[in-house]
Amino acid sequence: MSINQSGWRPEMTASSGTAAPTFTGNKALMLDEALIFEIGSTETTGVDFADAVELGASNRLGGLFREAAIGLPGLAEPEAVRHYTRLSRQNYAIDLGLFPLGSCTMKHNPRLNEKMARLPGFSDVHPLAPVDTVQGALEVIHQLSHWLVTLTGMTSVAMSPKAGAHGELCGILAIRAALEKRGEGTRKVILVPESAHGTNPATAAFAGFKVEDIPATADGRVDTAALIARLGPDVAGVMITNPNTCGLFERDLRTISDAVHAAGGYVYCDGANFNAIVGRVRPGDLGVDAMHINLHKTFSTPHGGGGPGSGPVVFSDALTPFAPLPFVEKQGDQFVLVEEETAGEHHAGSFGRMVAFHGQMGMFTRALTYILSHGADGLRQVAEDAVLNANYVLRSLADTLDAPFAGSGPCMHEAIFSDANLADGFSTLDVAKGLIDEGFHPMTVYFPLVVHGAMLVEPTETESKAALDQFIGALRSVAERAKAGDASLKSAPHFAPRSRLDETLAARKPVLVWKDAPLAEAAE
Amino acid sequence: MRYLPLTQPDRDAMLDVIGAATIDDLFVDVPESARLDGPVRGLPDHASELAVERHMTALARKNVVAGEVPFFLGAGAYRHHVPASVDHLIQRGEFLTAYTPYQPEIAQGTLQMLFEFQTQVARLLGTDVANASMYDGSTACWEAIGMARRITRRGKAILSGGLHPHYVSVAKTMAKYTGDALETSIPTLGAQTDIDALIGRIDGDTSCVVVQYPDILGRIADLTPLADACHANKALLIAVVTEPVALGAIRSPGEMDADIVVGEGQSLGVGLQFGGPYVGLFGCKDKYVRQMPGRLCGETVDADGKRGFVLTLSTREQHIRREKATSNICTNSGLCALAFSVHMTLLGEKGLRQLAAINHAGAAAAAERLARVPGVELVTDTFFNEFTLRLPQEARPVVRTLADRGILAGVSLGRLYPDEAGLANGLVVAVTETTTAEDVETFAAALQEVLA
Repeated sequence: MSINQSGWRPEMTASSGTAAPTFTGNKALMLDEALIFEIGSTETTGVDFADAVELGASNRLGGLFREAAIGLPGLAEPEAVRHYTRLSRQNYAIDLGLFPLGSCTMKHNPRLNEKMARLPGFSDVHPLAPVDTVQGALEVIHQLSHWLVTLTGMTSVAMSPKAGAHGELCGILAIRAALEKRGEGTRKVILVPESAHGTNPATAAFAGFKVEDIPATADGRVDTAALIARLGPDVAGVMITNPNTCGLFERDLRTISDAVHAAGGYVYCDGANFNAIVGRVRPGDLGVDAMHINLHKTFSTPHGGGGPGSGPVVFSDALTPFAPLPFVEKQGDQFVLVEEETAGEHHAGSFGRMVAFHGQMGMFTRALTYILSHGADGLRQVAEDAVLNANYVLRSLADTLDAPFAGSGPCMHEAIFSDANLADGFSTLDVAKGLIDEGFHPMTVYFPLVVHGAMLVEPTETESKAALDQFIGALRSVAERAKAGDASLKSAPHFAPRSRLDETLAARKPVLVWKDAPLAEAAE
Repeated sequence: MRYLPLTQPDRDAMLDVIGAATIDDLFVDVPESARLDGPVRGLPDHASELAVERHMTALARKNVVAGEVPFFLGAGAYRHHVPASVDHLIQRGEFLTAYTPYQPEIAQGTLQMLFEFQTQVARLLGTDVANASMYDGSTACWEAIGMARRITRRGKAILSGGLHPHYVSVAKTMAKYTGDALETSIPTLGAQTDIDALIGRIDGDTSCVVVQYPDILGRIADLTPLADACHANKALLIAVVTEPVALGAIRSPGEMDADIVVGEGQSLGVGLQFGGPYVGLFGCKDKYVRQMPGRLCGETVDADGKRGFVLTLSTREQHIRREKATSNICTNSGLCALAFSVHMTLLGEKGLRQLAAINHAGAAAAAERLARVPGVELVTDTFFNEFTLRLPQEARPVVRTLADRGILAGVSLGRLYPDEAGLANGLVVAVTETTTAEDVETFAAALQEVLA
């Protein structure tokens, strides 16, 4: 196999730029797809029912029968399959290639996970079914909990949070409950390093805390001295991300934790980047009191174009009594669901319920499948390969792109670059859009905010060296063009399903639903 | 370790490029005291695909599968038939393994789907706009209460006794920390909803009234008088729909002038999944759109003037506004929203109305049959596909006994309201198109025996 180490560029023949436009505007296999509201009709349906039923006067709808047209278009099954298949072809996805989004962690999604989650014994089970009919489901939760607690070196885990940010809320609410129990509800300040995810300050504020920023040092880590100096009787705790969003390990976390605890506060760790240290470091050994784990990041559950997520939260001894309900316990041979009604005195401090049922069960089956496939040895290898891949990208591009923390020690799972040495007028966005034409999803751009024009690359452990070399070649090529002032980059992408989209117009004149109403009229 | 493509020669070559002697050199920033010298102890090593399949399949077999027994559970999660093409389409890798559409030029598939989803949801709920989905119905409900607080600058929310008790619990948890005052109540085991009582409680401090439609006992009521009373007091009406199929048969909350309508979209496309992932629906009037939580997809044009879609109005969101954001929510239920949207597209208006009619007719017939069991009384005289029976004894042990006989008989109010003796005899029974006449007959006969 030969890989183009220098990064391939499509050879543009003279004719390709001047070819006559097609009659339809489509390009070969890439067909523009109309909206369902333009191609469907309220009289079309893609399902058959055994018997037609008319709602009549004898019904029990209490006079509330919906008479007016709803305006929902239908498609026959073949049309629907084509519609969504065509739409799917306008998406980039991890199945198509490297998806180097820093801090988002897009790794291979094994299909075994999908197969297991679809076993009817998991997928066709009601959350309120009698507990002795759902022992297998509860055992899945119990087994996954055991792995999460053991891998993190913590005491307990709350499985119900629906996503990472929901998990943050869970951890912060436990901190608040613990402080109130101690009669120290007066502690109202949460310290958040400025490199944190935007969800951290939003979460703290949402839970009734005042947020104060802690600066970063020049080497991309929390300013430990500034943080410790700020501790006091009004500080409830800190929210810290480790490895942090500059891709660096917070060396001082143990020192910070000890100082926070001595000052009466708690340590929340954003565990979004746990895949970089799983099997090599247990956050419990660093003094963390609560940490969420994004199952899609570390344990490969698919993210489906935006979700669903799942954000179990592990707790230290100190916060365990305040964990939310419901959760699963093993009592003798039976798994039981501990809810409000069955919570004994040892859970009396629980801060309550965060979600209607038991969390993202469909994600638990996927994550457990992945964890069992890797095992303890494989998960350690995950962290090693993730870190190796990130450092390989960092060192391979540090001669081309500015790498502000290249001297701050090895990066962990992600490598950060900046726009510092691009030509005047060229920005990170141009590099990102240029990468699209090279056939790659761009890296995370303009995050974290502590780096001007940040480009954050997270290759993950499921990329081969060949794939990384191809990506490195492509990014180097685009960066060289941006450094040389190649004007064609300013209008990239040129080969995507759409050229650069006007995001300002969308925000200024929001069109959030399809407005024309011929469907409603037609149905009358 | 079949998911890790690096070979040892690859690793050695890469370490060489990096200038590190060993992988340990890349972990030098981890303090010595926190380093593990090998895999975490007490956990097994990696396993083959076959071994993992065996393990998971054995766990799955320990559960009673809803589709294999007469099944009548609802109360916020419903078993409907999902067309095969729905699951096929959501498993296409370009949907399944895509991320949040941060680069819209190469995410038009997800974005157009979300725009279509928003439109379908808005039309179904009867609202002007809808967002690109929330975690689930219960968290969407809480977000709606927070949104009403921001809009009205008032801190008292009145929650109907007909609101799902788990939704109430979620709201109570969150209210403890945001300072909202919640007025809650318990449903009465009867035909009347608490609409009139709610109207009487609205005052100048009220930010919103939250009412479920159909409610936890299955009852439905015209929300128009409640909406009028809310608006007369400058409060908002929030309607919660846990069974969206109902809106194929009954008037939408938006039609009855609700300001915010939230819902659980699980019924369409998603499946039971032991409680999640589900998909929260969230719609509101146009004038409140900038106070909405969550992601929004909007239409725009590209540099060539072609229609395209982007995530928009992000200035409300946490990644821009940090502690001033409308919510800390940072994801949506994209894949579940896709399943919902595909199922809805396959149904279309004609199919949805037919599906709703079948559900209602089946439920009406089942209610009549079960009410003929000696000692059993139907307490909800109007309903969609879920109704409540009063048994002559506590329902909870009856449900357990019927489960032993292979019948999943509904949700006892004793499970939902363990502290309310007055509700202990209540049994909430759901019937959908998946319920057969034989299922109903089996249930009725077994119930008669158990109660005898």
